[in-house]
Amino acid sequence: MKLPIYMDYHATTPVDPRVLKAMLPFFTEQFGNAASRNHSYGWEAERAVDKVRRQIAELIGASDKEIIFTSGATESDNLAIKGVAEMYAEKGDHIITAVTEHKAVLDTCKRLQKHGCRATFLPVGRDGLIDLEGLRAAITDKTILISIMLANNEIGVLQPVREIGRMAKERGVLFHTDATQAVGKVPVNVIEDNIDLMSISGHKMYGPKGIGALYVRRKNPRVQLTAQMDGGGHERGMRSGTLNVTGIVGLGEACAICRREMAGESIRLAALRDRLKAKLAAALDEVYVNGSMEHRLPNNLNMSFAYVEGESLLMGIKDVAVSSGSACTSATLEPSYVLKALGISDDLAHTSIRFGLGRFNTEEEVDYVAERVTETVNKLRELSPLYEMAREGVDLKSVHWERGR
Amino acid sequence: MSYSDKVLDHYNHPRNVGALDHNDPTVGTGMVGAPECGDVMKLQLKVNPQTGIIEDAKFKTFGCGSAIASSSLATEWVKGRTVDQALQIKNVEIVNELSLPPVKIHCSVLAEDAIKAAIADYRKKQANSKPTGGKA
Repeated sequence: MKLPIYMDYHATTPVDPRVLKAMLPFFTEQFGNAASRNHSYGWEAERAVDKVRRQIAELIGASDKEIIFTSGATESDNLAIKGVAEMYAEKGDHIITAVTEHKAVLDTCKRLQKHGCRATFLPVGRDGLIDLEGLRAAITDKTILISIMLANNEIGVLQPVREIGRMAKERGVLFHTDATQAVGKVPVNVIEDNIDLMSISGHKMYGPKGIGALYVRRKNPRVQLTAQMDGGGHERGMRSGTLNVTGIVGLGEACAICRREMAGESIRLAALRDRLKAKLAAALDEVYVNGSMEHRLPNNLNMSFAYVEGESLLMGIKDVAVSSGSACTSATLEPSYVLKALGISDDLAHTSIRFGLGRFNTEEEVDYVAERVTETVNKLRELSPLYEMAREGVDLKSVHWERGR
Repeated sequence: MSYSDKVLDHYNHPRNVGALDHNDPTVGTGMVGAPECGDVMKLQLKVNPQTGIIEDAKFKTFGCGSAIASSSLATEWVKGRTVDQALQIKNVEIVNELSLPPVKIHCSVLAEDAIKAAIADYRKKQANSKPTGGKA
């Protein structure tokens, strides 16, 4: 077993060696510009890119003409939301999203608010799911777009996209979903799920960083977008810029592998995740899973370890790469807004750890991580005045805290 | 974030972890911070009332590695000092000793506050436990 152990697959994934192998010739030999129409270098590159459109389309139930390449999911989110807001400005000015979305969606909506759009940020329940009736009630005649993520990047909770898509369709509203964490991990079908726009990222599914895609529906309805970058009019005029052919080839191979292996991989990862959860729950008292276990990515576990601050826990498991919702690990010194949106109190949000399992994790690694976490939590609880008070029966909520200066 | 060697040393080998009897009139207890802020420090001192010298100190901390290190260091520094000398400890000295980055300065502030709170508690107890007769 090699240390450190990587268990932060929601942050990024390594490039699968098979993906790298597919990419390599495109750096040095087949380096053509896919927009060069007058020689074989260009044709070769264009052929490779077109193959990838099919590979992505096959994974998500789309047609190859509906794939727009971008630099990643952040750009895809920006293009989808701003592009719709601008294109459909005459139809309406209202966007609905949810409080647990990624910043690429939240901050895009906030920027549009500054430019006169209205935005509704739907709350979520304790399980992390939006309330469909709340969504229904939020839709107005002026609503042009609903943007709700498929799987959350912190707690892995899967939103009911099929129902959201159906509702959007009934009301003639476009539906965008940020599927960064979901594509290649769980089945997604843009037809069955009534998805009009979908953001995809390469590096979350064992492809390279710096490449992503946006699915843009071509019929029922034909979705139009105002381009956010001016230039050569690539990608049906929606996204100018020379195509990152090497990255695109990597994304395509990553999609093809996920399509073949997803069914088996998700079962394996869910078993590893459940093993980790069971071991931690058996060894430690007062540990809590954040978000729904039922509607969840197979590879995600987000747990709070009461009375132990997250950053100090990460410090104790130095040879394990995971992430925390603790304020101390963020630039803002605020605990995770996602956990807060679930109604999890700040003190528990500070104690949360996100485990993101992936393709290269083994059972041996899971057992090692469970042991190290258990050992460190026990050590830090011995150091924790809160754990001591809780064991003495003090209700921590009733204590008057001197917050210092 | 990368930690200084001294922070790591205190984190891995915290000094003076534990609790003193908070009912003992020669023990002062200071608890500062709040769970929702991600930091709570409890610092206890045992003072020799005759000499005013702090003879023992214990801490428990909920917080990041820098908070643990700051309070651990504080217990080391107060031991052997008089109460008045302990009150002179400034958070900047903790920052310098542990090479804390700017985002962790609040940990050192909290440690200074914990020392002050423990001494205030000790003094309050002493004032209350003085035999009656004399004018307090």
